[in-house]
Parts: sequence; structure tokens; C-alpha cells
Amino acid sequence: MNWMAIWVTCKLATLTSLTLLIIGLPIAYWLTYSKWRWKFLIESIVALPLVLPPTVLGFYILIAIGPHSPIGRFYTDLVGHPLPFSFQGLLLASILYSLPFAVQPFATAFEQVDRKLIEASWTLGLSKLKTFIHLILPLSTTGLITGVVLSFAHTLGEFGVVLMVGGNIEGITRTVSIEIYDEVQALNYAAAAKTSALLLLVSYAVLLLVYAMNRRVWSVWPQK
Amino acid sequence: MAPEITLNIRKTFVDRATIAVQLRLPLDPPSVTILFGPSGSGKTTILRCLAGLEQPEEGTISWNGQIWFDAATHVHAPPQARGLGYMAQAYALFPNYTVEGNIAYGLSGLSVQEKKARVNEVLSLLQITQLAQQKPAQLSGGQQQRVALARAIARRPQLLLLDEPLSALDAPTRTKLCEDLRMLLTRLAIPAVVVTHDWTEALALGDQMAVIDEGRLLQTGTPQDVFSRPINADVARVVGIETVLHGRVREIRDELATVQVGPVPVIAVASPGLESDVFVCIRAEDVTLELAGSSETSARNHLRGTVQAITSLGALVRVTIDCGFLLTALVTRSAQSELRLAIDSDVRAAFKAGSVHLIPRR
Repeated sequence: MNWMAIWVTCKLATLTSLTLLIIGLPIAYWLTYSKWRWKFLIESIVALPLVLPPTVLGFYILIAIGPHSPIGRFYTDLVGHPLPFSFQGLLLASILYSLPFAVQPFATAFEQVDRKLIEASWTLGLSKLKTFIHLILPLSTTGLITGVVLSFAHTLGEFGVVLMVGGNIEGITRTVSIEIYDEVQALNYAAAAKTSALLLLVSYAVLLLVYAMNRRVWSVWPQK
Repeated sequence: MAPEITLNIRKTFVDRATIAVQLRLPLDPPSVTILFGPSGSGKTTILRCLAGLEQPEEGTISWNGQIWFDAATHVHAPPQARGLGYMAQAYALFPNYTVEGNIAYGLSGLSVQEKKARVNEVLSLLQITQLAQQKPAQLSGGQQQRVALARAIARRPQLLLLDEPLSALDAPTRTKLCEDLRMLLTRLAIPAVVVTHDWTEALALGDQMAVIDEGRLLQTGTPQDVFSRPINADVARVVGIETVLHGRVREIRDELATVQVGPVPVIAVASPGLESDVFVCIRAEDVTLELAGSSETSARNHLRGTVQAITSLGALVRVTIDCGFLLTALVTRSAQSELRLAIDSDVRAAFKAGSVHLIPRR
């Protein structure tokens, strides 16, 4: 088994899900509470990675961060090396690719917080930000964990975007799913089977965690 | 200018009557104002506008000269800035905090000791000290109500807004907590606006009362005044006078009017300027029932009739009698059994002339 690929994959998934926790919260908050008439335009953009082929998404990200785009040139001037086919470029692509997997559970959790509780908090003098921190977030923990876990799991298995934006550089951008592809191409089925089984196990464990947490009645733990 | 809340608002809805209300609520001495009306009348929306949780389309709201809302100049003080104690209908306790946590929630400006002291003060004021460490889900309805009240008053608000404070409770608890609430409001001396559709609560809690129906203000006055002297049939219907009948004034002598209601003459105290066509309003609790053939009383009206319907209302029983017109009486359960009241039994209904309210028909 290629431990380097596993390390790259875990690092990528962890950083992606943590970043999404930070940037996903304000986006989800805005999507939940904004009364802007054209909100659905942004909602659709956030959900786009759910339906778009990863290669298409990867292609546009590649163009957007490539040496011919202002963003790509700015980044190259700033850091000294271009974004495409680097770990940072791969991270950016992963964040965009997994955005709906974090934002949608967050937004669903926020929506489930009773409006009356939020209003009660306001009348008790707490600003919207303090209400968010002291009331909405604590009541949304399950949704927050779901979002983080789902985006982590989703990043573990991404392939098309990685190939388009990250390429296949050992130790930098070669992730587990690419590794499996390479092994199959080399007719090395035994290695591919091992890595596949690992990915299957991890994904199943992650989903078990999510569904177990979202159970309304949890009969194994004592009722609090 | 005496300190007061002035409210002059207009808010339209797609599916309900437009709210257009003008109100002045005195703040000194602190008093309890009842917003009274049937569900859907718009009274909760008015309360929410006062709380800053909703904005009217037009109009102004001011507190003691301070503008809270002005549609023309786009002024809208958020709820946080109004110094409120607001209690929503289902209490809206925070499920993730203990009772203590709920009460301390709005006390962010205080030091740890002050916070602790304030929480203990309201806990003991509402006699819920023993509940401090419980979560809201573990509490009964009455306990939740007390916690919500404690949370609302802990910040020492300048205005208390209570939306149906007792309606989520069962009848015995409600009676008990209604008394407690009245005592608390008197003791706190904070101006309060209470929304209710229950006339017993209105009578028990209110210093003044505004009757709202279909988004309009129908009458203001003391609760007793409004209930005993509704200015028109709409108010009479809304405040729940049990018997409202068409009548025609036959004669007025010694300030007593004889009003023909169907085949029956009814004696009523005549107010000045009485017209010939009137609504006759008789509150069910003003009607006494007696066995036919008993001795004379001071009541001017004695009507023989037969019992048409009997409805139990807990300790009281509502009895509908056909005595030429349908008259509703409210009697105790013991009176019902003493008089052996049953459907079709003969009975005599008595009520004083002063209990008959004549409202000019328009």
C-alpha cells in the first residue's frame, strides 16, 4: 500500500473539511436567513458541484487558476510557483468541489432552529452574531458534524478534479483514488484491492457516524 | 407630555385582514394593558411590532418620546435596543440551556457575581429555585411558564410584552398562575402589554384593555367597562357577551326601559339617547336560575322557560333556556344539581335590569 498517497489524501481531506467549516458557516447562515430575492442564484451555484462532472469543474478551476488568468498570475507573483499541479491548487479545487456537502447540512441545521428561539434571543438583547454563537451553533452541532464528515469523506474519494487540477505527482498531489487507478492500469489488482478496501471501510465508517448521529432516538446511549 | 407608548401602524397581509390600529398606552403609573381579541384578530402582530420583531408598512411607534419605528424616515429600533421582556406564546425556552442558563442568557452585561445574584433573585421571586439545574424539556407547562417569565424579567426590562401568557396551560394551573401573574406584575411595577383571548384573564390582569378584531381597534377602556358596556354589537360579540338579541324599546319610565324581545318584555336600565331598535346584551354569569314558583327577588326580570342545552365548563355549567328567546346562563355545578336541571325541565331565569346592556342598533 502506498502510504504516501494515503497521507496526501488524509491531509487534503482534513484541510478541506476544516476550511469548509470556516467558510461554510457564513455561507450557510446567509443562505438560511437572507431574504434577498435572488438568493436562489447563489444557492444554485453552491449546489453546482453536486451535478457537474468533476472533469468539467476541474477544467474551469484549471483555467481560472492557470497562468493566463489574473488569479493565477497574481498567485504566481505572490508565492513564486503556479497554483495548478500543486497541493494548494488541489486544496482549492477540493474546497469548491465539496462545498455543497458542507454548506447544505449546515443550512439544514440552521433552518431547524425554531425562529421563536432566535427571536427570544434578540429580545433578550443578544445581537445577531451573539445569537448565532450562543444559540444557533450549539443547537446545530449535529448538522455541523455531518457537514464536516461528509465533506471529509467526499474529498477522500474525489478523482476527476484531482486529476484535472492536481495531476499525479507522487507525495504532493497523488491521492488514494488516483493510486488505485494507476495500480489497475498496471494490472496490479492485489494492490488496488487493498487500497480500495481501505477506502470502502473508511467511507462506510464515516457514513455510519453521520447516520448514527442523525438518529432521533438513540437507544444505545442513555437518554439525557 | 405624560410618558406613554404611541402606536399608529398599518400592515397588510395577503390572507388576513389589514391591521390598522392607533393606540396610546400610558406608562406612568405602570399599568397592564390587555390586547383582547379572537385568534387571527391581529393582536399578536401588534405585540410583535411593539417588540420590533415585525415591521409595519406605515406608521410610527414611539416609547416615551423615543422613536422606535417610523416608516417615513426608515427608523427601526431592533428588538435588542428596546429594553424588553418578551414572552412568546409557547415560551421559547432554549432547550440546550438549563433553567439557570436560560435566565442568565440575557444578562451579558453583568459580572459573574451580579449575574448569579440576579438569577437567584428571580428564581426565588417566581418560586422555582429548585428547578435551577433542570432542562426545559423536564419541566411541566406551568414551570416552563414561570421560567419564561423569570427570563423575561431578569434583565429588568422597561416594558413587558406577554403573548397569551396562560393559554398553553390546563385550566386549574391557569387559574392559579393567573393570580400569581397579577401579583407579580403589580410587584414589578413594569408597564406590561398582555395579549389574550380569554376574558377572565383580561379581567384578572388588565388595568386597561383594547379590543381588537379583524385588525381594527374596536374599543378601549377598563376591562370591566368594556365587558359590561360594549359600545357596539361587534365588541359585544368579540368580548363574549353570551346573549345578544334584537329588541325594540316599547317604553321608558323612571329610567327603566321595557324592551320587547320576541314575545317577551325585558326590563333594562335605559341609557340616555336610547333609540328604538337595540341589541339586548345579557352576560351569562348575570343570569340566575330558580325553580318556577319561588318567592319575589330584587331582579326585575323573571322569565319562565325550558332548558334547551347544558354544557359543562369545568366548575361552571352553561345552560341555554328557551324563554321566548334563547337565554344563556352560567351557573355552578352544585346549583345545577340542586335545581335538578336537565334538558326540557322547567326553570325560571332572573336577571337585574342593570345587567341588561342595550346597544343601539345601526
